[in-house]
Amino acid sequence: MAIAAAQRTARTPADGAPDTVDTAAYQHAFDTAVAADERIEPRDWMPDAYRATLVRQIAQHAHSEIIGMQPEANWITRAPSLRRKAILMAKVQDEAGHGLYLYSAAETLGTSRDELLDKLHAGRQKYSSIFNYPTLTWADVGAIGWLVDGAAITNQVPLCRCSYGPYARAMVRICKEESFHQRQGYELLLALSKGTPEQHAMAQDAVNRWWWPSLMMFGPPDDESQHSAQSMEWKIKRHSNDELRRRFVDICVPQAESLGLTLPDPELRWNEEQGHHDFGPIDWTEFQEVLKGNGPCNEQRITQRRRAHDEGAWVREAAAAYAAKHTGDTGETGATRA
Amino acid sequence: MTATGPATVPVTAALALGDDALVLSHRLGEWAGHAPVLEEEVALANIALDLLGQARVLLSLAGDEDELAYLREERAFRNLQLVEQPNGDFAHTIARQLYFSTYQQLLYAELAAGTGPFAPLAAKAVKEVAYHRDHAELWTLRLGDGTETSHERMRLACDALWRFTGEMFQPVEGLDAGLPALEARWLESVTDVLGRAGLTVPEGPRTGAWSAGAGRQGLHTEPFGRMLAEMQHLHRSHPGASW
Ligand SMILES: [Fe+2]
Ligand SMILES: [Fe+2]
Repeated sequence: MAIAAAQRTARTPADGAPDTVDTAAYQHAFDTAVAADERIEPRDWMPDAYRATLVRQIAQHAHSEIIGMQPEANWITRAPSLRRKAILMAKVQDEAGHGLYLYSAAETLGTSRDELLDKLHAGRQKYSSIFNYPTLTWADVGAIGWLVDGAAITNQVPLCRCSYGPYARAMVRICKEESFHQRQGYELLLALSKGTPEQHAMAQDAVNRWWWPSLMMFGPPDDESQHSAQSMEWKIKRHSNDELRRRFVDICVPQAESLGLTLPDPELRWNEEQGHHDFGPIDWTEFQEVLKGNGPCNEQRITQRRRAHDEGAWVREAAAAYAAKHTGDTGETGATRA
Repeated sequence: MTATGPATVPVTAALALGDDALVLSHRLGEWAGHAPVLEEEVALANIALDLLGQARVLLSLAGDEDELAYLREERAFRNLQLVEQPNGDFAHTIARQLYFSTYQQLLYAELAAGTGPFAPLAAKAVKEVAYHRDHAELWTLRLGDGTETSHERMRLACDALWRFTGEMFQPVEGLDAGLPALEARWLESVTDVLGRAGLTVPEGPRTGAWSAGAGRQGLHTEPFGRMLAEMQHLHRSHPGASW
């Protein structure tokens, strides 16, 4: 840390691009900082590929937050009790907030939210495939909280130590809220599982449908993962896909038991030797198909997103026009509470 | 009831205020995932959550919150017709918010200052509602004084909802508030905001052809039945279940 800190000025160019003579020195300072587990900050020099990788990953994450609002918002108007309705509304609102933090983190890398949204709407950037599955019953809200937010936490807790400062700090805040969501989802399923036979069946059915897609959230197996090695080296990523997936399965098995629900995998069993659970093969063909756009809701999700954006254009234009007319106004849209 | 005992809760008034908050919260919840900008996803959800919180307190004063929300028929709801109006475009939602939050802020400020059964709730809610009104005012200014399109949309929205605003000041059994004075201040406040937004105060009548106060008597508009059907369906499909 001491060495890297001493070189901080060396990797902080005043303005504009460093000249070629210095690039090697900047690269060295960057490598040293990453090796020493220091944070890279927006004004620090960083390799172009590092910046591009971060933008891609943060954008995909931000898009997942806002597309992820849709399957759950689907149940806000039908929530079966006022308490559950309040919890669900607050959760969907949190996800919008996560989107805001993450688009801001991407902005520190010189990419605007508008630019990223355009890419999402044009299908040139992705969001997590899990949100291309439908929420068919109320229990799906619980299954998403328990499994999808749960998988997200397993993925994201290591990101709180990611080498890029603004992303790491956003993740600290987000992870706190995600673990809240995970507990609420679990608690919702528990109420159903211990409820009437119909409610129990509804919970089991939802877990049956969400289990495998949740395991796919960790991405392809390590030997097929394109970006993993370089991201690990840059400390954007800290654990491999398979490692995180196994950790998630180990967490879920005892929780499913206390829920009184079964996980839909006959091959799931404790492996004493490995100290982990073994589980059955994942259907990677389905994963690839959903990724390609052939999931049950790909079309619906992106269409709704585009429509909300297009139908809101006149509102955003009005806010900009008003701000331009009234000097001293910030031009920020949306009055969020202090 | 003795002179020193706790005031009994006027059920009709609790239902009227509680249903207003419940129904408007529900309508705002329909925006989730559809808002024109991400900041508004957060802001509209904030308002919806505040209103739902108020609704739960008020309905609990009148009985069991879930039984009241999920098991009453349309004709038993006491909310204003204004709050059940469909969201329409963003301008309609903002006009509805401006009209209602101005009313709610004035009413709750008065109730908070009193010693009646609604004083504790009103004292807390009035701070939330002040934010709702600020939000509505800010957007009324932006839309009214933004582009030609937004001005026209805001004008249409204010006009369309105007005829539902008279109902707010009809007497409600058990609601101890000086409604005529409140109405004068409401008009003054709304006139001021619309004026600053470059909009004129709509000219039409402030009540429909039906008797004023229809919503408070359980007479609603057609879209309300559909809203309730959606809201109540799951709860009613599992009688006696807990969630
Ligand atoms: Fe999130
Ligand atoms: Fe979440």
